[in-house]
Amino acid sequence: MPEIRMKVNGSVASLEVEPWVSLLDALRERLGVTGPKKGCDQGACGACTVLADGVRINSCLALAVQYDGREITTIEGVSHPLQEAFIRHDGFQCGYCTPGQICSAIGMLAEHTAGMPSAVADSGPLTEAEVRERMSGNLCRCGAYNGIVDAIMEVSG
Amino acid sequence: MSVKYAETEPATGKSTYVGQGVDRRDGPAKTTGQARFAAEFPYPDLAYAALVHATIARGRITALDTTAARAVRGVIDVLTHENAPAMKPAPKMSVLDLSSIASGTSVNYLATDEVHWNGQPIAVVVAETPETARYAASLVRPSYQELPASVDFAAEEPNAVPEKGIPIMESGADKGDAHAALAAAPVSVDLRFSTPPYNHNAIEPHATTAVWDGDHLTLHEGAQNIPWLRKHLAQRFGVPETSVRILSPYVGGAFGGKSRAWAGTLLAALAARATGRAVRLALTRAGVYHTVGGRTPSAQRVALGADAAGRLTALIHTSVSRTARIGGMPEPITAASHHLYAAPNIHLAQNVVQLDLLPNTFMRAPGESIGTFAVESAMDELAWQLGMDPIELRMRNEPERGPVGGQRFTHRMLKEAYALGAERFGWSERDPRPGVMRDGRWLVGMGVATAFHPSMRMPAQVTVRLEADGTLVVRSGMHEMGMGTATVQAQIAADEMGVPLESVHVEYGDSDLPPGPGAIGSVQTASAAAGVIDACAKLKKSALALARRAPGSPLRGRKLEELQARDGGLHHARGSQTYAEILTAAGRDHLEAESKAGMLGFVARTVLERRRKVRAATGAQFCEVRVDPDTMEVRVSRWLGVFDVGTVINAKTAASQLRGGIVMGIGMALSEQTLIDGRDGRIVNPSLSEYHLPVHADVPHIDVHYLNEPDPTTPLGLLGIGEVGITGVAAAVANAVRHATGRRVLDLPITLDKLL
Repeated sequence: MPEIRMKVNGSVASLEVEPWVSLLDALRERLGVTGPKKGCDQGACGACTVLADGVRINSCLALAVQYDGREITTIEGVSHPLQEAFIRHDGFQCGYCTPGQICSAIGMLAEHTAGMPSAVADSGPLTEAEVRERMSGNLCRCGAYNGIVDAIMEVSG
Repeated sequence: MSVKYAETEPATGKSTYVGQGVDRRDGPAKTTGQARFAAEFPYPDLAYAALVHATIARGRITALDTTAARAVRGVIDVLTHENAPAMKPAPKMSVLDLSSIASGTSVNYLATDEVHWNGQPIAVVVAETPETARYAASLVRPSYQELPASVDFAAEEPNAVPEKGIPIMESGADKGDAHAALAAAPVSVDLRFSTPPYNHNAIEPHATTAVWDGDHLTLHEGAQNIPWLRKHLAQRFGVPETSVRILSPYVGGAFGGKSRAWAGTLLAALAARATGRAVRLALTRAGVYHTVGGRTPSAQRVALGADAAGRLTALIHTSVSRTARIGGMPEPITAASHHLYAAPNIHLAQNVVQLDLLPNTFMRAPGESIGTFAVESAMDELAWQLGMDPIELRMRNEPERGPVGGQRFTHRMLKEAYALGAERFGWSERDPRPGVMRDGRWLVGMGVATAFHPSMRMPAQVTVRLEADGTLVVRSGMHEMGMGTATVQAQIAADEMGVPLESVHVEYGDSDLPPGPGAIGSVQTASAAAGVIDACAKLKKSALALARRAPGSPLRGRKLEELQARDGGLHHARGSQTYAEILTAAGRDHLEAESKAGMLGFVARTVLERRRKVRAATGAQFCEVRVDPDTMEVRVSRWLGVFDVGTVINAKTAASQLRGGIVMGIGMALSEQTLIDGRDGRIVNPSLSEYHLPVHADVPHIDVHYLNEPDPTTPLGLLGIGEVGITGVAAAVANAVRHATGRRVLDLPITLDKLL
């Protein structure tokens, strides 16, 4: 069984993991890091979003063995003004998609700053339409989208 | 951009916290990953379970080959009907014991070789890792003897029979001769609508962690109704209710889908009992579709007759819904039509077909959500026929009393809601002609519809405990699925006792607490509030009694009516005492009071009250769409809702709940549908990639306004808020599409193929 080492939220974790284990399951079931959530297990909902070396990924679509030597940040390792902004703008209800929304938003802001284009615009300041487009991989069934967009706009502005 | 919350203060007069947009108490836990959901409780001997689902609609299992599954390293056991310990049968639904509603189906899983729907669990694999359990489950090989099955709603719908009503829900009604009045009406519409099955799709799939210690079961579960679930589990496993502990501090969305004991919950407990291990069963997304019921599809007819001035002479609304041969219950599709319009002749009827499918269940505003789509679309179409503004048509038919039963409305402010909404939305800028408003190349349409949901209450037990340091602890087994349960009850208790919000602690989500109300039917907040207010009143009385017995107390000789609860104690112009002082002087470390309510009394009251009064949350939904003239893609570009939900306890969380209902309604209108193969009952799209929920890009800013007028017949004047938001939404979208394009779509969802 392959042994891998990852830095998870600043601490080095080593674990033996079968090659078919997803990064999400390795975090949740092997390391007890349950902030990333499983909503669909197929990359359709974004609840499992984590940052891999600062880049947002769906951890349910990643194999743990691919992330040997990488640095993973989950919501437990996040300390960002977005968290308080989410509370102020009521950007969640049940809270299940929230870790993914926040990690995704952090990654999205970095992508925008780096000039990554979207279907809305190739460049320019971050607008609400941009945020909606770029955050559309993160589903919220409680329908807290307005609060999430408000929180992101406040923090980005 | 501005976020609009309540614009007026609540009219209760004495509130400090009620009405404020206080931040959620669980915000820090939910934004840091500290909130633990049901699948996130570790146990040292934890094993993982996975389900095997039947792939036929109806028949018998003739063989179940588990050899290959058992051979996988790490498999602990494979439970089937041949080896699993049998649970007791599910109790039959009875209105005398509402906990019987927890029976999602009558099928006794793993105690029968019968298959009743495509997707029914027929085996459970328990293994050391989740991957092993899932892989081994894929190796279980069933053989079947298939039996004829009836699974096609569209084909069976003409064979529907009148449903048997249940006393707590409205169904059919007749007043005058609606058919004759329709035939004689100078202006009329007669339309057939259809709505597809929908699924809740809470982002947290159902998950259970079950642990037995002898005959004692501990269950981590996202539950909407802890008392029902506890009783159901005790019945199924033959143990006393006191031996079942349910812990449900966080529920990752539910919308009705977590209000019953579905297969995953029962089979996790069964697998834990059979293997002697702590067992976690986290359903796959497809597993949720296969084992947790959704919203019924419907076929509906709405026919309206009116005179030339737009006064209704006839209102006919009939529906067909589907339940299953092995469970389910009728959904009150025509319920709102009892109360919306003052027609002298009304015919309402609900019919049902029973199919070989997983039963339907409660999903946000069951009945009203799809029923208002039909009746509110028909009203809009009638306005087109009359050449009349659709708001004006509604106002001309606004009833003084219940149109069917003549009951008194406790509260009715739809005229005010429409007036405010029209002003804020800019309704006067709407060109009444179809297909002429444009924004660049986009066609623009504006539509309205009425939101309506009845307001009920359920019994709630609450204890309130005052500690000697002035801390207040509210304890009730309430549920938190995102409504802000602890936050709003803390606001209420703080105001009732006159203590700072920070000193109120709320305990919930645990079966060891006094049984709370179910988080169903929009009842939880109002029901729990009644208990909190009652318990606080008793607590203040006890505190005063304690003070009056103490020598030298400035409250000696005072009556409660003369005192104000404020600043952490009881206050009078000529002398006050804090609760801490009262308790300390009496040498007490705490004081406790409780509020109790019985279930039978509740049912009787509900049925009796319904004959005399109509109590409901209502609203006016305003929608603007943009439609691409070439592809006919529909985008919702603006939304505004004005709601009459009585007193608003928390302006921030209430707005979120109403917005959440509207977002789910937009999905219902434009993109969501559960597709069922008419040949074998298989769900074709059991995933979030092929069942299309609204995403960020589909949802514009939603402007929410409250009228904030207390209902005179409820504690604090509050009405339920969880479901009214979704009602009327699909009709408002359809009506806006009609305005933009000239096309009336009668079959949801409004996908572009229906407009091309």
